[in-house]
Parts: sequence; structure tokens; C-alpha cells
Amino acid sequence: MSDALRFLRTPSGAIGGGIVLFVVLVAALGPYLAPHDPTAPVGIPLTGSSSHAWLGTDFLGRDVLSRVLNGGRSVIGYAAAATVLAYLVGMAIGLIAGYTRSMVDPVLMRTVDVMLAFPPLLFLLVLIAGAGTSITVLIIGVAAIQAPAISRIVRTATLEVSTRGYVEAGIARGERAFAVVGREVLPNILAPVLVDAGLRFTYSILIIASVNFLGLGLQPPNSDWALMISENRTYIQLNAFSVLVPAAMIGLLTIGINLTGDAIARSLGRSYVPRTTRSVTS
Amino acid sequence: MSAVAVEPVVRVENLCLGLQSGEPVVDGVTFSVGPGEIVGLVGESGSGKTTTALSLLGYTRRGIVVRGGTVEVGGESVLGRDRRALRGLRGNTVSYVPQDPGGALNPSMRVGDAILDVLRAHRRGGAAAESVRAALERVELGRDPRFAGRYPHQLSGGQQQRVTIAMACVCDPPVAVLDEPTTGLDVLTQDRILAELRRLRDEDGMAMVYVTHDLAVVSQRADRITVMYAGRVVENGQASDVLERPRHPYTRALVEAIPDFRKPRALRGITGVSVGVGEWPNGCAFAPRCAYEQTRCHETVPVLEETVPGHHVRCLRWMELDLQAGERSNGRAAGVAVESAPLLEVSGLEARYRSSRSGAPAVADVSFAVEQGRCVALVGESGSGKTTIGRCIAGLHVPAAGTISFDGVPIAGTARRRPLEVRRRIQIVFQNPFESLNPRQRVRSSIIRPLRVLRRLSRAEAEREVGELLERVKLPARLGERFPVELSGGERQRVAIARALAARPDLLVCDEVTSALDVSVQAAVLELLQELQRDLRLSMLFITHNLGVVACIADSVLVMDRGSLCETGTVSEVLAQPSHDYTRRLLAAAPCLPDGAL
Repeated sequence: MSDALRFLRTPSGAIGGGIVLFVVLVAALGPYLAPHDPTAPVGIPLTGSSSHAWLGTDFLGRDVLSRVLNGGRSVIGYAAAATVLAYLVGMAIGLIAGYTRSMVDPVLMRTVDVMLAFPPLLFLLVLIAGAGTSITVLIIGVAAIQAPAISRIVRTATLEVSTRGYVEAGIARGERAFAVVGREVLPNILAPVLVDAGLRFTYSILIIASVNFLGLGLQPPNSDWALMISENRTYIQLNAFSVLVPAAMIGLLTIGINLTGDAIARSLGRSYVPRTTRSVTS
Repeated sequence: MSAVAVEPVVRVENLCLGLQSGEPVVDGVTFSVGPGEIVGLVGESGSGKTTTALSLLGYTRRGIVVRGGTVEVGGESVLGRDRRALRGLRGNTVSYVPQDPGGALNPSMRVGDAILDVLRAHRRGGAAAESVRAALERVELGRDPRFAGRYPHQLSGGQQQRVTIAMACVCDPPVAVLDEPTTGLDVLTQDRILAELRRLRDEDGMAMVYVTHDLAVVSQRADRITVMYAGRVVENGQASDVLERPRHPYTRALVEAIPDFRKPRALRGITGVSVGVGEWPNGCAFAPRCAYEQTRCHETVPVLEETVPGHHVRCLRWMELDLQAGERSNGRAAGVAVESAPLLEVSGLEARYRSSRSGAPAVADVSFAVEQGRCVALVGESGSGKTTIGRCIAGLHVPAAGTISFDGVPIAGTARRRPLEVRRRIQIVFQNPFESLNPRQRVRSSIIRPLRVLRRLSRAEAEREVGELLERVKLPARLGERFPVELSGGERQRVAIARALAARPDLLVCDEVTSALDVSVQAAVLELLQELQRDLRLSMLFITHNLGVVACIADSVLVMDRGSLCETGTVSEVLAQPSHDYTRRLLAAAPCLPDGAL
């Protein structure tokens, strides 16, 4: 797998990868390291840093550090699930539309245009109003918001790659569409398609946080970085840590993911192996 | 040129350019251009010819720096000037005609305004519209008064190139730099553009530096030819002298690589690959590929020596070598005249583009046959429908009407509906070698695929055959481990051929397989195809716009004009006595060497 991890050798890949790893470790191992129960009050609300609570307490007197250590899983987990789902659906639609070049293309693309015309948050609120408040609905809703734009990019990239000789050679060999797309098309559209994967992941976090903020997503007393920001934002003067630390975690994750995404996209754009001396032919 | 005493308008002396990291790109180039003289700057890709030509405009591409030497244009020194001074110079004293006019013209600017832009930069007020009209008239685009109001996308490639030429000469600069201005245009358009340039020179006395990789293009138009290899001038002299009595083995090899329908001969490619920047050997850069190389060639870089007045050569052995004796064979080595059954029969073929709004089909009522073991050439301008025919045969384009029979059996329009055996026996090689191999796969896996899919070989068997196939196309077996980006254009095209051969085909459709390659590489690929055809008894449908190529590879020829066949016959008949007017025009326009040439 050394080929696939080549992006780590670039500065932005190494730094971004390091940041992502840190945030993910905090989110994954945090619950085991947390000194207190994240939902139980441990002292007076909104005190500053103390030996008892390193990052102070929040507006209900719960330990901010414990809540930060517990609050990463949901943010990362849901946003990642929604983004991955969005890519699966978006890429499938885009590949079918771009590769078949039949009536399927305009039908799919006009549907996508209609989807794109909805204001994203409104779409999500209507969905939640209809289907109820649940994590599944939230993830599907966020994926549905992201998928149309992804499918457009995938379609354009597919249209371009489909006219290349190696794709046509596959078609002329009579291979199944699935084989041609998987072998010849998909690997060659990944670079342009994944360039903005980091941004999309960030956007998923943002939408989920917004919905949580509106009280329609994750419900208190769950600990969640986005929820923490919205709960404590009025009291920022009293204990700044309660807002800034979860915000910094989301910020770090965003920066890390974008740096990594760039590095991956760039290493995909190049060949897998360094250029060696030209051979002498014939 | 008689005017030896006249002060030259371009004087390049000991020009050295290099990469920022230190590798030289152009090394000690010296040449001059007299007023009204056309100088052809010739070389393969990577020879530094474009870099040299651009320096006449005081321009260096990103990452390239001037290491030394002087460039004087119109009596003024160009190098080391600031942007302002260069702006006054460009377009006024020296102008530039780019290779790709479609990319060079601003798509949102009407062509009249684009020309006006150049005028405004250099001339003050007065009769601007009049000058634009005059400029368009000079390139024979003046008849329609509305022409100046068109956008580039409304013009054909040839018209676009004329607009860039009009822009280049609207301020009457004494010198123009032309960077492969006809590459990518078809033969008839190329001929018209070349005639136009010649006329501009004759009427206005504009000197031109014409950059190209194809000696044939400049052979009849240039006064002098400068041949470059690996950043150095290797030969330089009067055009007729260089073509008739080349002193440098490289020049001779270039001349021998030109397919010329009037003098068909066995083409000989130059062995090896052109050296790239940073790979220059110690001695003569051409020595590793030279047929006359000796030990001393690898030790010292030869200097440019004068052979006869006005003719220079950079070769240690120029005095002892006799490069005259090039044996001339009669093109196709005695085409096997055995009557054989047709392998492929196309009858009444009609094809349309789905997007085409006009009712006219791309191909209409085309019928022909390809016999076993023969090579049929399909010739025509771009847009004549020749590629579409090839795609129909390969099962990539479904014909609207007509039948395609292979080995006596009609076959389906899409490849997927054809039996495996048919798919295996018909293979296609595409035009653009840079897009025909999957950049994410090693060469080996690209070749294994048809072995597995079409011949149902096991992985181990397929792996074993890869090396054999690479050898067949004269590539070392270790190339299998490379990715396409690491290969040159010629090497990629060989891999694409190997991929097609992997299926053990009976019919090979070659769609403009050499048009994206340098002339020397083209010769080598054609040589290979000829050999394969002979050894494997392949039948070939060879699609091309180059009549010289037809003469050296095909047995019979089909000429296409706007979607239908206008003339068919054996190569010797059609090329010697064309009966259709269109064929005659194609033949007249085909670039070829002057009579006296080697």
C-alpha cells in the first residue's frame, strides 16, 4: 500500500495527516480517558480552569474536558457517514449519466438540477418534519444535499475520460460496462472528484451542527462539539474554553482534512512512481 | 539569397539557455536571418527549437533562464530588457504566430477587435478600422465585410490561423516567428497557409523564422534551414544545400524519415530516443543514435565548422563521411499480388452523429473491401468521416445503414453484440498515443487485459506473453513495469500496437496512428507496422491524411471527401494518375521534398 500512502511524504500531506490522526484519536479514545461523566454536573456552572476541571465547567456545571473528549465521535461519525454516502450515491449517478450517453443522462441530470434548486437547510427541515428526528434521517438528508453536486462533477469528468483510447479499447474488447468503468474510467476521475472531498466533509459537519443547533438533530444532554458550541456560546465571557475548545477541534479537523485532501488529490494527479531515465528503444 | 552584405534583421549569437536547476536547454546557438529571408528551424521535440525561437521575442518559458549570448532583432538587443521595452518590441519589431490558434485567440473577442488590440498597442489613432480591413485582406479574409465581427469559434482552424497571421503582420514587423503554424491543420489548409506566408514575404519583405519538426514542410518554402539537436545547431545552410547534400548524419536521417509520395522509399526511423534536457551525453549528443559514431564522438563535443561558405555542420567526421548513398527502394517492397478473398467488406455504410442537427450524415454510402494480408489506406481531410468509418468497423459507432461483413459474415454494430472471435480478430490503434493508454496502469497490465479477455489466457500465461509482445514492437521487456507517463510518444504508440497485437488480430484498424508523432518517430512506427504486416500477414485499414505515408505503407487507397468515397484504386494508380479533382488537389498540396533532395 506504499503507493496509496505516498501523499504522506508531501509537507501538506504529513501535517494534514498528523492533525486528522490527532483529532480522530481524541474522538475515538476520548471516552476512555475522560475524568468525569460527561452528562453529570461536577461543580458550579461556568467556572474557569481548575485542578478539578482542567477546562472549567459548562453552563450546567459539567466538565468541559470530559465533554470535549466524548463529543468527537458523533461529529466525525455522522459527518463521515453522510459524506461517504453522498459520494457513493453521487458517483453512481454521475458515472451512469456520463458513461451511458443515452436518455438516462438528461433524465438523471435534470433530476439533479431540481435537487440543487432546493435551499439545503430547508430541504433537511422538511425531511425531518416528514420522517421524524433520527440519526438515520439526518445522515440520509445531509447525503441527499451533497450528492447532486458530486454527481455533476463526476459526470463531467466521466464524459471527458470516456472518449479516451483506453476506454474505447475496453469497449471494443466487448467488456461489460461495469468492468470498463471500474478499470478504465473510475481510477482516472478520482483526482478531480476528490479535490473537494475535504470541503464537503466540512460542509457536512456544518449542516449537522446547524441542525443540532436548531434542536432537530442530536438532543441534549448528549455531548457533541457542535452542540457544545451552541449551548455555551452565550457564556463565552465566563468560560471561554467551553466554546473555543470544541470549536478548535472542529477547526483542526477541517484544516487537517483539507490539507490531506489536497495532498491526496495532488499525488493522484501524478504518476505512482518517480520518473526514471528514458529507455533506448528499437 | 544574394544579399549577403545586407545587415541581418535577426542575429543570435552564442545563445545559452538553461533550467533554473542548471541543466542546459539551449547551448551556444548562433544564426542570423536576413531581411525577407525565411529560415526553417528544424528538430525533434525537445531539441530546443521552440525555446530558441521564443527568445527572439525576449520570452523564456517558466523555469528557463538566459545563461549567456546575445539576441538582436531589428538592430536592437532583446535579452535583459524590461517588460515595457519588450511590449514595444513584440508585435512591432518581431511578432509571433502560435501553434494552436484555437487556444491562442481570446474566445470572447471578435477577430477584428483582436487585431485592433495589436494596432492600439503600437500605433496612435487614425484609420484603425481601415488597417484592420487591410490586415484581413492581406490574409485573404477581406471579402466578407462582416468577418471582423466574428468570434474565433465561428471560424475554421485554417481561418483562425490566418487571423493570428493577420495579427502578427498588422504592424508590419520586419520579423515574424512562426511556431509550427500548420501542425494540426489538414494538408489543403496547410498548403494555403504556407503559400500565404510565402506571399507575405515576397510582397512585404517580412523575414520569418519557421519552427517545425517536419523538414518537408519547410523544404520548399525556406531559404535557409537550421537543424537543431539537443539544444545545439548541428547543421545550418541554404535549404537546397542542406536537403541535397546533408553533411550531418542527423540531418540525413531526418530527410530519410520523410514519407514522400513522389519518391517512395523504405522509410528508416532514427534508432533510439531523442535525448531530453539533462540527459545530454558528454560528446556529440547524437552519437548514441548515430550510424557513423566512433569512440572519439563520445569524448568531445564537435564544433560548428564551415564546409562551404554559408554552410555549417557540427560533426567530427563530416569530411570523411559520404552521406549521399541512400538506397532508394520502390516503397512497398513488392506488394504480394496474390488475389485473396476479402476479409472485411463494407457496403452502403452510412453513419450519423447523434448531436448533428443538420440532416447530413457524417458518412454516406461507403463501400469497400479489405483483402487478406493487404493494407488499404483511407485518406481525407479532417471531418471527411474517415475516423468514423474506422470506429464503425471497431464496433465503437453504430452505423445508421449498410452492412459490415467480416470473413463473409455480417457483424453487429456494437462490439458487445459481436462474438468473441470477431472482437479478437478486429483490433484498433488510436490516433493520440497520449490518451490511448490508461495512465493509472502499468504497461504490463494494459497488455495483459486483451490476453485475458479476448484470448482467455490464465494470468500466468498472459504474464509470460507480455515480454514477447513488447519485443515484437521493439521495446525492451522491462518497459512493462513502467507507467505511460514515463514513455515518449513513440514508445506509447508501440505499446498501443502491442496491446492490439496481443489479441492476435487479423485486421488492424490504424486511425492516424502517426499524426501526433515527430517525423523521425513516425518513420520508425511505420517501419514496424510494415514489418508486422509482412510477418503476421495482417490486413490493415490505415486511416491517414498524409499521402506520403500512404505511398510507403499501403497497397490500395480510398480517398474520402465530405463523407463519401470519391476515388479508389491501387496506390500507384491513384498517386500517379489521380482521376478525381479532389485527389489532385490533395496531391498538389502534400508537402514533399524538392526534386534535388537526397
